Amino acid sequence: MQDKPTNPTDGRPGINDDIGEQLRLRMYRMQFELREAEQRAFDLFLQNLVKGTSHLSLGQEAVATGFAAAMKPGDLSFCTYRGHAHTLARGVPVEKVLGELMQRDNGLMRGKGGSMHLTSAEHGVMGSYAIIGAHLPIACGAAWRAQYKGDKDVSVCFFGDGTTNIGAFHEALNFAAVWKLPVIFVCENNLYMEYTPIGDVTAVAHPAADRAASYGLERILIDGNDADVVYRAAASAYEKARAGGGPSLIECLTYRYSGHSRADPAKYRPEGELERWKERDPIKIYRERLKQFGIGDQVVLDIETQVRRELDEATEKCKAAAMPPLDILSTDVYADGGFAWRN
Amino acid sequence: MAELTYRDAVARGIAQEMARDPDVVFLGEDVAKAGGVFKATVGLLEQFGPVRVRDTPISEQAILGAAMGAAMTGLKPIAEIMFSDFFAVCFDYIANEFAKSRYMSNGQLKCPLVVRTGNGAGSRFGAQHSQSVENWCMMIPGLKVVAPSTPRDVIGLLAAAVRDPDPVIFLEHKSLYPTKGEVPEGEIVDALGSARIVRRGKDATILALALMVPRALEAAETLKVQHGIDCEVIDVRSLVPLDTQTILGSVGRTHRLFTVEENPRLCGWGAEIVSIVADEAFYELDGPPVRITTPHIPLPAADILEDMALPTVPRIAERVRKSLQS
Repeated sequence: MQDKPTNPTDGRPGINDDIGEQLRLRMYRMQFELREAEQRAFDLFLQNLVKGTSHLSLGQEAVATGFAAAMKPGDLSFCTYRGHAHTLARGVPVEKVLGELMQRDNGLMRGKGGSMHLTSAEHGVMGSYAIIGAHLPIACGAAWRAQYKGDKDVSVCFFGDGTTNIGAFHEALNFAAVWKLPVIFVCENNLYMEYTPIGDVTAVAHPAADRAASYGLERILIDGNDADVVYRAAASAYEKARAGGGPSLIECLTYRYSGHSRADPAKYRPEGELERWKERDPIKIYRERLKQFGIGDQVVLDIETQVRRELDEATEKCKAAAMPPLDILSTDVYADGGFAWRN
Repeated sequence: MAELTYRDAVARGIAQEMARDPDVVFLGEDVAKAGGVFKATVGLLEQFGPVRVRDTPISEQAILGAAMGAAMTGLKPIAEIMFSDFFAVCFDYIANEFAKSRYMSNGQLKCPLVVRTGNGAGSRFGAQHSQSVENWCMMIPGLKVVAPSTPRDVIGLLAAAVRDPDPVIFLEHKSLYPTKGEVPEGEIVDALGSARIVRRGKDATILALALMVPRALEAAETLKVQHGIDCEVIDVRSLVPLDTQTILGSVGRTHRLFTVEENPRLCGWGAEIVSIVADEAFYELDGPPVRITTPHIPLPAADILEDMALPTVPRIAERVRKSLQS
């Protein structure tokens, strides 16, 4: 899975390969932003400014980044409760995400959804779903609409390894394959369903990839910590879907650094496992990649400084933001804007 | 006017809406080539083709999930769940997903879809294919719930459901499929949230839904002929939105309230209505409101047992008579 620089030009090896400098810088920035934003979310818990629960993607930034980079405007994302990264990766301002986590009026849904339900339809984020597996069939439906109307957009659905053992996963895979829908199923295998190792509760070694054959799909298992690898797998799946070639199921091997949720200190992990994965940290890998392609330290540093500054500004705005007004308690239950169920 | 079965009215209602709007699509198990296990969707495949009328695998979650995703992004799907009992295997979509996505997203997402299903007892199918699940649906904020009792209402309410911007649960009663009724020619479009007074009377108000409507009407005739008791019968038609004004107006005239419910007793729709009447029209009542329901039991298969479980014409008539004459 090691990326080999090709097409040396300009004295910098491989800078104009299939990914190219601009996109690489964008993907580095994105991964760094996701890392910093999740870390900030964690810090804000500790200050009791993020209420409720929260599920962080620390360590899994390359998957969200690689897929988002391969998307076109109009493509649709369906996320899980671990959806902050996928939402940010579609270009949703970090202030809107942090605002929602802090349940403020400036949040994406003005505090009505919370951390587990991030939604930004204008950015193609068609919801984050907190019931395991629910969004796979829903993504099928969006893809069915594209197929029916001749629209060229593709729906992508992100989920964890634990999802591969719920019924909706299997219903959706079969349904998408039979109807040849333009949908991509992305399993982020971070090795733990919640607290339990996925291997302890799954009949096959690779919970998604080893099931692909059941639905007539190609077995795709990739390094989910290398954004270039993810990007290439994503781009190929998008191309296939847009060409009418039907669904793809992609298993990305990755690791979450934090516990399942805010309440989980992740004490069940064997000693040394976290450290071993941190050696393959996606951001570390990508910094080395940039260096390999001759991008200077100062460029990287400038990106990091800018991301941190923007995040600090967003955090301050959220801290100063108002709580939601009480009158939105009962708005948008029904399409008339209210909650009236009787005359 | 032509006479049409409740079963044929389903196909006509769907066809009316599919012909009107190319965004209306229809999916479910055995609905296309086979025309539905109740033969309620015969001819739709031939009329609208396999792109708009689609057979699915036995995957209720995929059916409702796909309907939701399609609705969110611009289609107006009609999804069939063969038996309403199967709501239990896809209840996530009904209770957690399309009912709540508008609210959770602060109005960003919409789900204009219709879930049609065969509801109710009378076919001797036993406890897992006979239930009346209207109370499962009524309790969920974000859903609308309708249950027609006549062929004409099937078409009109189905059209209203398809055109409605919210998710609508459309409960067709299995025992009503062979029943017939007068249906006018041309387009029929009704309104959700309106009850209908199907018999005028001055002594008591009887509320009923779906299969219980013809039974309540027959009981009212019996009461009139045998006991001189003159009942008003209201077909509730729509549980959400609920037409409380028609109900309260009737109670204000008759001063007595009876509900006839096929759902098992606990948390049945009648309990909610009795509570509303107690809150808002207590001093109009000349006696306690009475709920006539299926008992709190799973439904049996044997015909003599199933017949005993559901409110029957004699049971309704006797309960009303006893209450009014005591």
